[in-house]
Amino acid sequence: MHTIEYLDQLESEAIHIMREVAGQFEKPALLFSGGKDSITLVRIAEKAFRPGKFPFPLVHIDTGHNFPEAIEYRDRLVNQLGEKLIVGSVEETIREKGLTVPVGKFASRNALQTFTLLDIIEKHGFDACIGGARRDEEKARAKERIFSVRNEFGQWDPKLQRPELWNIYNGRIHKGENVRAFPISNWTELDVWNYIRKEKIDLPSIYFSHERLCLSYQEQLVAVSPFITIDEDDEISMKRVRYRTVGDMTCTAAVESNATTIDEIINEIIATKTSERGETRIDDKVSEAAMEDRKKNGYF
Amino acid sequence: MDLLRLITAGSVDDGKSTLIGRLLYDSKSIMIDQLEAIEKQTKNKENGSIDLALLTDGLRAEREQGITIDIAYKYFSTPKRKFILADAPGHIQYTRNMVTGASNADLAIILIDARKGVIEQTKRHSIIASMLGIKHIVVAINKMDLVNFSQDVFTNILLDYTKTASELGLKNVIYIPISALQGDNIVEKSVFMPWYDGESLLHILENVKLDSEVNWNDARFPVQYVIRPQTLALHDYRGYAGKITSGTYKVGDKITVLPAGLESTLKTIEIGGKQVTEAFASQSVTFQLTDDIDISRGDIIVKQENQPLLTQDLEVLLCWMDAKPLKAGNKYLLQINSRAVKSVVKNIEYKLDVNTLEKLRSPENVGLNDVIKATIRTALPVAVDSYPINKSTGSGILIDETSNATVGACMIQ
Repeated sequence: MHTIEYLDQLESEAIHIMREVAGQFEKPALLFSGGKDSITLVRIAEKAFRPGKFPFPLVHIDTGHNFPEAIEYRDRLVNQLGEKLIVGSVEETIREKGLTVPVGKFASRNALQTFTLLDIIEKHGFDACIGGARRDEEKARAKERIFSVRNEFGQWDPKLQRPELWNIYNGRIHKGENVRAFPISNWTELDVWNYIRKEKIDLPSIYFSHERLCLSYQEQLVAVSPFITIDEDDEISMKRVRYRTVGDMTCTAAVESNATTIDEIINEIIATKTSERGETRIDDKVSEAAMEDRKKNGYF
Repeated sequence: MDLLRLITAGSVDDGKSTLIGRLLYDSKSIMIDQLEAIEKQTKNKENGSIDLALLTDGLRAEREQGITIDIAYKYFSTPKRKFILADAPGHIQYTRNMVTGASNADLAIILIDARKGVIEQTKRHSIIASMLGIKHIVVAINKMDLVNFSQDVFTNILLDYTKTASELGLKNVIYIPISALQGDNIVEKSVFMPWYDGESLLHILENVKLDSEVNWNDARFPVQYVIRPQTLALHDYRGYAGKITSGTYKVGDKITVLPAGLESTLKTIEIGGKQVTEAFASQSVTFQLTDDIDISRGDIIVKQENQPLLTQDLEVLLCWMDAKPLKAGNKYLLQINSRAVKSVVKNIEYKLDVNTLEKLRSPENVGLNDVIKATIRTALPVAVDSYPINKSTGSGILIDETSNATVGACMIQ
């Protein structure tokens, strides 16, 4: 008789899912954002495929509004891994397709990412994209299968999901369709942090406490950057902050914190009374079904 | 800390989503912003108390209709255990979504409305739980506040359900009277039901023993992927990557590769790149063998002295999950772990009546959500076990090759 710790169970499940993607698809890709969830996916991929190469490239959708620290980290990691990186530029998509760029105080390119992602999928003929989405993040995500079939427009149909039984994943698709696969579906935010601690995974510096010039807006702290509009009566001050999630500079809020180590971060997350997305994402608050709508439109 | 996977099942309006909301709320797994969001939505409702069901009904269509359409997964933990909870729809038309959630569950909570007692959906959910071999069943008799916390009501439902349980061969059934809305017997024991001498629901969930879930006797390793670095230093490296679904393996084990029947010896076992001498069920590992033999995805590595059945004829319990009816003679792809083979549904022996549990011999049609006993013939031999003895090598899905949809769940008998 053996017992297996829950974190080892989650890791083993994630490795199994990733190997299913590698075994079932011709041309998979791993979507890499530079955030802790996709960094976790990279570690899982190492465990699943070493000493071989990854059977997929990393794909980063670069909005042009990323934190420089995340880009720096990405390049360092790819270099260490010796794996292929494909960068899809939202800037280019905007130019080539003549897309209308959102305006406003925190004009976010979050919605435009989808265009670039679908372009990259089409251009490279990817039939599966591995993503770091977790079901505990948001209530529409809580509904999604581990292998989520998307039509040729990348759209998710929540009413027509395939039954997904036991640990058997059906990745069969028609030409033009693709599958989004989520190996860490069953992980929570805290599981990811505990795993990062256990595996001693290096993270971008913005996850740790640092000084940053911030704009206070509706009780959220937004980094001062060239991508946001600053008005005269805005309240701007230097804060000690860290990031709980890493998205675009325009739509990710910082949290005040003195945590400089993983242990300190974990203690803060255990004590927090606010959810990850609630505290740090400006883009989810638009409507009750914001995430569901974006997913229906091809968002990952 | 270990992990319990559970599913909640009940009919429409049994208060299932409310129960989950209550478990999350009382175990302090709901964050302030999530609570504020549902408070905002419930403002317009009449009685003023917040609607905890809104926590799990994550789709717009669900909130509009006030019903659960698809499984929602929720995560919570207590100092004792970590929980993955699948909230399953109660509506008959979404039964296949319940099957999805139930297939991985160690425990099922079956909700019964105290005012209604055991109804068709209760039986259907119990059949699914028994068919899928869920080891622990908790029958939660809800809305006790609406029947004055009456012990008689509870006892009558208990006696009624005991009949269903014995017909289905369900063991380890625990009965508990609750009020999800008020929180009675959820985390703390209720003051309104002193006659109930069992534990609270959360206490039960925290203390159910999970040892019986894993088959440690029959070592099975389906190969998912072959790792071939093909570099100068690792020119001859061939790693067979997969997850051990049952039993244990040691370096030096004499193994057989099925269906081909090739034999070899386990040379190395790696977990996450580190060599170990032994590995066991539920671990994702990589094997190397002493001989250079032809192995690919879909093969299964077993020990020579303990082999599964190699066959082309399967007798299965089958839950049909497609809107298009199933007819004998139809061809599908049968996927068992990483192996997919063409197959034909040959003979439909009987269909199960969910009310009477009677077996209707040679049914004329098999529709969505029907449970049948059938025989399947595969184009190539498959290595299988019987589902009640070994879940992972005893289960398979049927895929319609024209639509690519998953249309059937098979449990090999």
